[in-house]
Order: sequence, then C-alpha cells, then structure tokens
Amino acid sequence: MAIELKMPALSPTMEEGTLAKWLVKVGDEVKSGDILAEIETDKATMEFEAVDEGVIGQILIAEGTEGVKVGTVIAVIGGDGAPAEAGVSGQETPVAATPAEAPASAGAQRAERPVSAPRPADPAVPTGTNMKTSTVREALRDAMAEEMRRDPRVFVMGEEVAEYQGAYKVTQGLLEEFGPKRVIDTPITEYGFAGIGTGAAMGGLRPIVEFMTFNFAMQAIDHIINSAAKTNYMSGGQMRCPVVFRGPNGAASRVGAQHSQNYGPWYASVPGLVVIAPYDAADAKGLLKAAIRSEDPVVFLENELVYGRSFELPELDDHVLPIGKARIMREGSDVTIVSYSIGVGLALEAAESLAAEGIDAEVLDLRTLRPLDREAVLTSLAKTNRLVVAEEGWPQCSISSEIMALCMEDGFDLLDAPVLRVCDEDVPLPYAANLEKAAIIDAGRIAAAVRKVCYR
Amino acid sequence: MAKPASSRPKSAAATPAKAGASDENFALRSLQDAHEADKRYAASDDDLLHFYEQMVLIRRFEERAGQLYGLGLIGGFCHLYIGQEAVAVGLQSALAPGKDSVITGYRDHGHMLAYGIDPKVIMAELTGRAAGISRGKGGSMHMFSTEHKFYGGHGIVGAQVPLGAGLAFAHKYNEDGGVCLAYFGDGAANQGQVYEAFNMASLWNLPIIFVVENNGYAMGTAVKRGSAETHFYRRGTAFRIPGMSVNGMDVLEVRQAANIALEYVRGGNGPVLMELQTYRYRGHSMSDPAKYRSREEVQEMRDNHDPIERAKAELLARGIAEDRIKEIDKRIRAVVAEAADFAENSPEPEMPELYTDVLVESY
Repeated sequence: MAIELKMPALSPTMEEGTLAKWLVKVGDEVKSGDILAEIETDKATMEFEAVDEGVIGQILIAEGTEGVKVGTVIAVIGGDGAPAEAGVSGQETPVAATPAEAPASAGAQRAERPVSAPRPADPAVPTGTNMKTSTVREALRDAMAEEMRRDPRVFVMGEEVAEYQGAYKVTQGLLEEFGPKRVIDTPITEYGFAGIGTGAAMGGLRPIVEFMTFNFAMQAIDHIINSAAKTNYMSGGQMRCPVVFRGPNGAASRVGAQHSQNYGPWYASVPGLVVIAPYDAADAKGLLKAAIRSEDPVVFLENELVYGRSFELPELDDHVLPIGKARIMREGSDVTIVSYSIGVGLALEAAESLAAEGIDAEVLDLRTLRPLDREAVLTSLAKTNRLVVAEEGWPQCSISSEIMALCMEDGFDLLDAPVLRVCDEDVPLPYAANLEKAAIIDAGRIAAAVRKVCYR
Repeated sequence: MAKPASSRPKSAAATPAKAGASDENFALRSLQDAHEADKRYAASDDDLLHFYEQMVLIRRFEERAGQLYGLGLIGGFCHLYIGQEAVAVGLQSALAPGKDSVITGYRDHGHMLAYGIDPKVIMAELTGRAAGISRGKGGSMHMFSTEHKFYGGHGIVGAQVPLGAGLAFAHKYNEDGGVCLAYFGDGAANQGQVYEAFNMASLWNLPIIFVVENNGYAMGTAVKRGSAETHFYRRGTAFRIPGMSVNGMDVLEVRQAANIALEYVRGGNGPVLMELQTYRYRGHSMSDPAKYRSREEVQEMRDNHDPIERAKAELLARGIAEDRIKEIDKRIRAVVAEAADFAENSPEPEMPELYTDVLVESY
C-alpha cells in the first residue's frame, strides 16, 4: 500500500518551503528514522525523516523546488506501480502530474503576499530611485550589516544571533562578516544581557540587543525602562544610552499566550524611549539604520509573520528614514485607517475590499509609536473626517486608545463620526486554531468598522 | 570584621590561571591567599594623610547632608555612607583616573567624593538645584559624572551590576585597558541579575571587579536572615570568579586588596568578586530608625572599628603632628560648609528644564 509523504510544517509560521535536497532515490529501501530530504524553511534547513518503512516508489517534487506548500505530497513510499521516472535523476524534471498542487505553480507563487495596489512613494525616498525586492528579514539584516560596516562601535548581542545565525535568521551571515567580537551569542539571560548592553551603551558603544521575542524582554524590561530610558534625564543630559533593543513582537502563529503579546503600547508609554514598529522592508531597513544611529535608546518592534514577506526596497547606498514620521501607505478621501506593524497589511487589504464598495480609505502607517506623529494623524483626519485604528494587540491602554484620545483632544471638530478601533480580543491569546483566529484582528473586521464610521 | 583566614587551606600558588584550572580551589582562593599573605598597603605618610582626608570629607559631607535633610532642604530618599568610608577610598585610590570606571547603587555620595568629584555639585544635586551634577533632576540616588567615568548612582537594587559588566564589556571591546569597579550591597547580592552578570562576565573574561559592600543589613534585614550563604565572596565560585574577603574598616587593607584584584583583572584573567566587611552607622536611609539592631552594636563599631579613627591613630603613631591632622579636619569642615552654602543658595532649575534631556535628539 502506498504511503504519501507530505511537505512537513517545520516551524510555527511555515506555510511553504524549499525542497533543498533528496537524500534518497526511487527504489531505495527506507526505514523509520532515515533522513529522506533536506527542507529549507524561512528559518532553517531541516532534515526530513522517514516514519514508515518501505521502498521509495515515487519522488514527486524535484530537489531545488521552491515554494512547496505544506501538505503537498512530495514522495510516495511503496505502492504498486513502477517507480516514476521523474525525480530519479533529480533537478530538471519536476513532475507535473501530482495529486497535490503543481510544484511549478507553487514556485511561482512564492513571493509571500506581494504588494497589491501601487503605493504612494515614501516622501523620504528620492523620486526615480530604483527598487528591488527584499524580504523584511533581509532588510533588517542588511540594515545591521551596513551600520556595522559604517561604525565600529556597533555590535549585536542576543540569544543565537551568531553561530545559529539567528533564531529567526535575521542575523544570518553577520558572524561570518564581523566575527565573534561584534556578533555575540549570549546565554539565555535576558535581564542580564539587556543590562550589559545598556551598560555598554553608557560606556560609549552602540549595542544592538536582540530579544528572541519581546515576550522574553519582560525579564529585561527593568533595564529598558529604568536604566536605558531614564538615565539621560536623571543625569541632566550627561549620560546617553544609544542602545537598540530589537526583535519580533506581537502574535506569531499558534504559540499561545506567553509568546504572542504586542508590547508596543507598554514601551510607547515611556518618556525617554524611542519606539519603532515598521511594517514593510523599506521601513524596516531605513528605520533600523536610523535607530542604530540615534543617540537615544530605541525599542524596535518587528513581527515574525512579516519577516518572510517581500516588498519593494529602494536601492540606495544609505537608506535612512526619519524617526517619528508616519507614512501614507494608501491615499484615500473617505476615511482614515491608522495602523502599524502587521496591522498595516490588514488595513491595506481592508482598503482594497472597501474600494470595491466605493469607500476610498486612506491607510496611515504610524511606523514610530514614540514620538508619535500626531500631526500626520490629524492631517489625514482633516482630509477624511472619519477614522478607524487597527491594532494587532489588546484594546485597553493601547496605541488605539492613544490615537482616539488624540482625535478627541485635538481633532474633535474634524470628526464626522466617532473614532472606532479594531483590536485583538481582550483575552490571552488562545492556542486552538479557530480561537486564535477569532482573537486576532483581520481585514474583515477592519472593513466592518470602516463601514460603521462611514454609516454604510 | 574580616573573616578568619585560618580555616582556608593555603595550598594555592600565587599566580592564578583560569585556563588550566584543574584545581578549582586554587584558582578561586588564590587572590584571598595573596591578600592574607600581605594584608596592608604600605602607604607613605602622604598616602595615608590623603586617605584620611578623603574619608573625613565623606564623613563630614554625609553628616551635613543628614542635617540638611532634617531641615527639609534635601528630600526623598537619602542614603548615607557614614561608616563605610574606607571602602570607597581604599578601592578607588587604586584605580587609574580617566581609564577605569566606577558604578554603584543609590548609596553613592561617598563613591563620588572618593573619585574627586566636586562636593558642591553633589550637595547641590541633593538639594535639587540647577547647579547640581544632574541639574537637579536626579537627586541623591541618580548622580553621574561621565567626565570622571563615574556611571552612577542607580536606584534599582542590583541594576548596576549588569550595567557595570556592560561598562567592562566596553573597556574590553575598546581595548582601552580600563577596569570597571561595580559596587553593590549585601542586599543586592541576592538579586538574580547579579548572577546573570557574573556568568557572562566570567564567560567573556570581562575586566570587572564586583564589590559587595557587606554592611550587615539589607535595609532592615540582617544578612543571616536574608542570605543562605552569608560569605558573599564565595558566591562567584559557581562562575569561576575568584573571591576575596576584606576588612572594609581599614583603608590600608582595602587598598592592598584592591591592588591584588586589579592586577589580576588587568592581567586579562576576568572578573574578581570582593566582599568588603563594613558597617553603616546610620539607618538605611534618613527615614529608617534602625530599630533592627542594638545601640550597643553600633557603638561597638564606632568605638572599636571606625576607619577614620583608625587612620588617625596610625598617623599619630607614625609621628605625624596632630596639628597637621587638625589642619585637615578644619579644611574639610570649610569645604563641606561651602558645599552646603552653595547647595542651599543656588537657584532651583528653571521651568523649561522640565522638558530637556528626555531624548537627546529631536525627531
């Protein structure tokens, strides 16, 4: 009886991967525990083991195939028919006829969620700049590498940043280029290494402290706030602390409540910190470079689900963006959707669907949560007179509440409707797929709120 | 107060070698053994006079600070260093100014004075004036002088330990030959982050001396009530950090121990953990009545172990004229009086100062 071998999910966020290499060929006898193939996820190259015994009957996805969706049948053990010809010799002949999706088309779909509508250009990027495609992950890595080349005081420290190449591969290749003096693996000791990073900044260096996720930075929050944020003020401006704390923030995928919190509102409430939460690759790169150059302590909030997404990135020798400036991601005249980080993608998706209904939504990406670009929010509100905030995070004491307060305090006369917010449900994030989905914001909910403020 | 050395085996040689430390006892006890072998610094008369003067400055300064607190001129928390003077003076006299760095907790006035920072701007910070070293925005617990490589002045118990390891990291990264001296109390010694810092400092061979100022009480909790291991110098053992137990009531013992520790750290051997047995005569802060210990206990320390009296007696025994000592006392009284006047009469910060220094840059 034939046993289908399917493309495995090898990380919480993996939806597809590259079948890097077959270690068996048709006709080979395999038993449980044998390594069948190497599969490259966006985070690592993993070995794929046999669970069942038998003879490899067919190899359906040739090695080297990119974008193979999780669940695609990649090979068959046993079965009656003669071994399929394709796959035996490898590379050039991916089999077309498979029970699952055709690998070729899967490969074509690889670019994770391509940018949909044309975007208004970032005014900070010179017109006519050539663009290339980059994932957010690569953009972040390049930002660090460029700044490390530029300034010998810059170094990266954190768990698995060096030899492992980054838990999420954001620091990939940095150890090779900059060596162990400047790319430093720490023990699992967030409080301690956040303190050491902060102290090193006080001592004149430019540390980039990576947290594997910001959930773990709760152990270190004392140094981020009490040591890094407050010292310049408490010292009367004598003691600067130019450190960058960075890492993924917010919900990932099915990792439960302790690994899924958005800390944006927490840090954004603290005077003395700069808090940045970019969405796309261009902002990730330009703002991380600005963060590293800043004389102030910066909390730089990334998002695991966005790491692998590809965006247009300006091809500039030195792409540095201004901190504290929001950006219009989609121009519109009927309503403003304010968001940041992963919420921006959802807001854009909502705007596209609303456009089909005749609602022209403007999408404003805050990019920096502190200092907040209040002027950009009010300017957009003055144009549209209606506003919705979309935030992947809890509602109470959130960035949404802050934007709503801003609209009440300084934009009341501009409003044609109450400001609404779309946030995650007010519960610890559940694990079950259906409950998790129900707890997290989506484009549908954003669109519904927009219709409401438009009285549609 | 120093721990008896007799129970300690003396098998170790003098040169520590972390790399080939197959004999664990050796590496971790070698500095203590070196200290036991030659306990007191051979100070010249001038050295001792200088130490005496610095200790008297701290004592008189702190007494005046206590007085100003009572008058309502100093607010908030104010932790006095009276009784512990020999620690800061003995240790910091061994440092190389402009090269080595110092960081401490909130009981920080003495460490600043020992580093030669102007008493006027320290006192003006205590009174919250614009001329204060932090422009009146830090207060007693939050004072810094990057010019002197004095990095605070930190109000969160234990935070200065990893921060100090970070300063040491910077010394090593910059290859500037500097060593960081990171002070903390017997109370802070129970903070988890201290051991996180020990681990990384040892793992990365950072040039740092961890200094536990064991004054016997973590606020109101006696050491034995809060610490399973009361010999703090042993607490580096798990991280392969050699420890030293030092009599912190004798400035010359402190100085001698500092030299040994510094030589080890400057030799690229990684961190040292020093425990200084000391005592604070006053309460934990100005608002602490110190009911958790007997009057007799305090009096015994004052009468028989006072670091200033000890130095004075030694100066006299060396044949230094009493007039010279009195001259120092008089000069210091004048310096402290001037600092107090300055602190009392300087203007408070201007209102716009409220909004400055939150961030360095404008965005």
